[in-house]
Amino acid sequence: MTEATVTSVAASTRRGRGRRKAGTHHGVKGFLFTAPFMVLFLGFFIAPLLYALYLSLFREQLVGGNAFVGLDNYKDGLSDPDFRSGVGRVALYMVVQVPIMLGLALVFALILDSAKVWFPRLFRVAFFMPYAVPTVIAALMWGYIYGRDFGPFADIADKLGTSPPNFLSEKLMLWSIANVATWTWTGYNMIIFYAALRAIPSELYEAAAVDGAGAVRIARYVKLPLLRPAILLCTIFSIIGSIQLFAEPQIFYAIAPQVIGKAYTPNLYVYNLAFSDQRLNYSAALSFLLGLIVFIFSILVMYMSRRQEETR
Amino acid sequence: MSNWSWRDGHRRLAVLLAFCFTAAALVAACGGGGDSGGGGGSSSGKKVDMAAELKKPANLTIWAWTPGTEKAVAMFEKAHPNIKVRLQNAGQGATGGHYRKVRTTIKSGKGLPDVVQMEFQYTPSFLLTKDLLDMTPYLPKNFLSNYPEWIRNQVNIQNGIYGIPWDSGPLAFIYRKDLLKKAGVKTPIVTWDDFAKAAEQYHKAMPDSYLTNLPGGQTGQWLGLFWQNGARPFTTDPSNFKADLTSPQVKQVTEYWDKLYANGSISHDADFASAWYQGFAKGKYAGWISAAWGPIFLQSYTKSSKGQWQAQALPVWKAGDKTSANWGGSTLAVLKATKSPAAATELARWMLTEQKPVRMFSAEPQFLFPTVNWMLKDPNWLNTKYAFYGGQQVNKVYADMASVVDKSWQWPPIFEYVNTTGDAIRSKSVDQGKGATVTLQPWQNAVVNYAKQQGLTVAGQ
Repeated sequence: MTEATVTSVAASTRRGRGRRKAGTHHGVKGFLFTAPFMVLFLGFFIAPLLYALYLSLFREQLVGGNAFVGLDNYKDGLSDPDFRSGVGRVALYMVVQVPIMLGLALVFALILDSAKVWFPRLFRVAFFMPYAVPTVIAALMWGYIYGRDFGPFADIADKLGTSPPNFLSEKLMLWSIANVATWTWTGYNMIIFYAALRAIPSELYEAAAVDGAGAVRIARYVKLPLLRPAILLCTIFSIIGSIQLFAEPQIFYAIAPQVIGKAYTPNLYVYNLAFSDQRLNYSAALSFLLGLIVFIFSILVMYMSRRQEETR
Repeated sequence: MSNWSWRDGHRRLAVLLAFCFTAAALVAACGGGGDSGGGGGSSSGKKVDMAAELKKPANLTIWAWTPGTEKAVAMFEKAHPNIKVRLQNAGQGATGGHYRKVRTTIKSGKGLPDVVQMEFQYTPSFLLTKDLLDMTPYLPKNFLSNYPEWIRNQVNIQNGIYGIPWDSGPLAFIYRKDLLKKAGVKTPIVTWDDFAKAAEQYHKAMPDSYLTNLPGGQTGQWLGLFWQNGARPFTTDPSNFKADLTSPQVKQVTEYWDKLYANGSISHDADFASAWYQGFAKGKYAGWISAAWGPIFLQSYTKSSKGQWQAQALPVWKAGDKTSANWGGSTLAVLKATKSPAAATELARWMLTEQKPVRMFSAEPQFLFPTVNWMLKDPNWLNTKYAFYGGQQVNKVYADMASVVDKSWQWPPIFEYVNTTGDAIRSKSVDQGKGATVTLQPWQNAVVNYAKQQGLTVAGQ
């Protein structure tokens, strides 16, 4: 998904630039070049969306067939307490987890880039490694680590004569999941930041050094401002990832069904509605509402970032 | 970095991004549309010339998770050289996502298996959506006379045969005799009153261990306990659907367990999860209210306690009674969309009624409790001593339990909803210390609402 998004973004900016340079006369030729992308884009992004949109306007019952219900599914969705509490939960998660993760990724990237660490390659790989672990495996592994009776924390607590915190309880679950996600994705974001840092021309550093700036000031006034686009990109990807939280709660359901239930996150709810309750139409409508929420968040972040840039 | 024209791309990027992840959210929601019907299946009572049908070559796909199925498939292929069978394990039951995957492929109409493992409780639900083949025309006359009546009722719905019974799950109580002895608990435990006292006594003597673990979720096990107490909460008929989850028989069961939860003498960990398996391995649970298939799940985690296990009759509500119920138990059903209904039915029938495979399934390490009469009455099988149970002739216990399973029980045609909703609200409530009884009314309401919403006619509404 992420890769596909990246390529589609790249393709779209490329297309934009091409058109500007060549003018409108060569539109046909340009379009031919982008045709392979457009075909895939229409077939795999737009067509399913339209189909889901179509589905979301109907209500098919197990008995009694299919009927057009207009926007009823959307109306139900907006007042559905399960959906709303799920959205609230992932929003809270997003507000806490995304800054922590990106902050850590940024610090790691700056440290690696400062060339003041031993074995930078080793650290780079080590930080990136969790990303190579499939989310499902990561969730299973952490599920074991969090275990109350037999995990490593349980062993340590046992040796100390106390009982371990219940990481999978209602209070801690969201943060336990946030921890898994942070573990998985920090390295990934760090690599993006690091790559962006390496692309900064060294003349800027030399100029800053001539002006008497130390490492910290260079980081603050040279590196960070130039990292803005990368930070914005990672922020938006992370927001999308947070709101779409699914794999971790889905895996944790097996070990803590009492906390996860059917609607812990909106995506999990959509999945359960579609495949357990067989309410495909309703789940399609909720997917659209969820998409809308992500859209609003993304726009908001971009707007805020642009305003900040303009006021500077 | 300089050629990254971020601002120019702003709006386009936003639109693209929004599209992309909605698409991702929706991939889940988009099955294919339309009816998956068609295929074969001359539904009337006419018999098909099976000898001629089975001479044709066929390629079948079967989805099943029971260990040993691969052996039975090999036996079948040897006996039917012109039929090729592909066995796939799409997940272990509901927890493993088997039924969700079956539903998804039915919706999409692609990659459909011909034969699917289907637990008793799911058959009416897949029948409601008209996904199962009536196997009657492809089976010998009076085929069902080979089975006890309560088993017959599980597959003989609306005058059709919608599955070949595989195994059943008569409930009993299995326990570690070494641990119970150490705690001074007398066995066998006859009534539920005795059981409650034993649970308290056991936990007092062994503070790190429990006589049993009963998860708040696991609707199947709870329904078994309701079943034993004479509750009949559902009807199968969608035009006269009944849900009665607040009856006195149901409440008696939940109130009983709520007391044990409240005084801390039993645990309520989620079952079939890694911590639960570890709990058996390390002696956290000394017993399990389980069906005949129980040891399948325990044997690889209980190597150190092998031979220490014992099975006894399920405790009863009144001394002198003998009652049990069923938890789990499977069939092999044929999907209506199959292109080879005759071969598919034959695969199910052969694997589950022929001597060789049935004997294989009914022995250690498969531990499946058979459903066909000839096997149930087989003296060799009844007298078999199992190493897991320290040489106990455990089949006698389960056969005894199977003989007292009430046959009037019916499964709801919306079992997936009943099951997942029951799991979710009951496990939460039990975990929060509020018990199971308070969830009965909300569960009942949710089930009735869903039934109405799905167009079922709900009795008395």
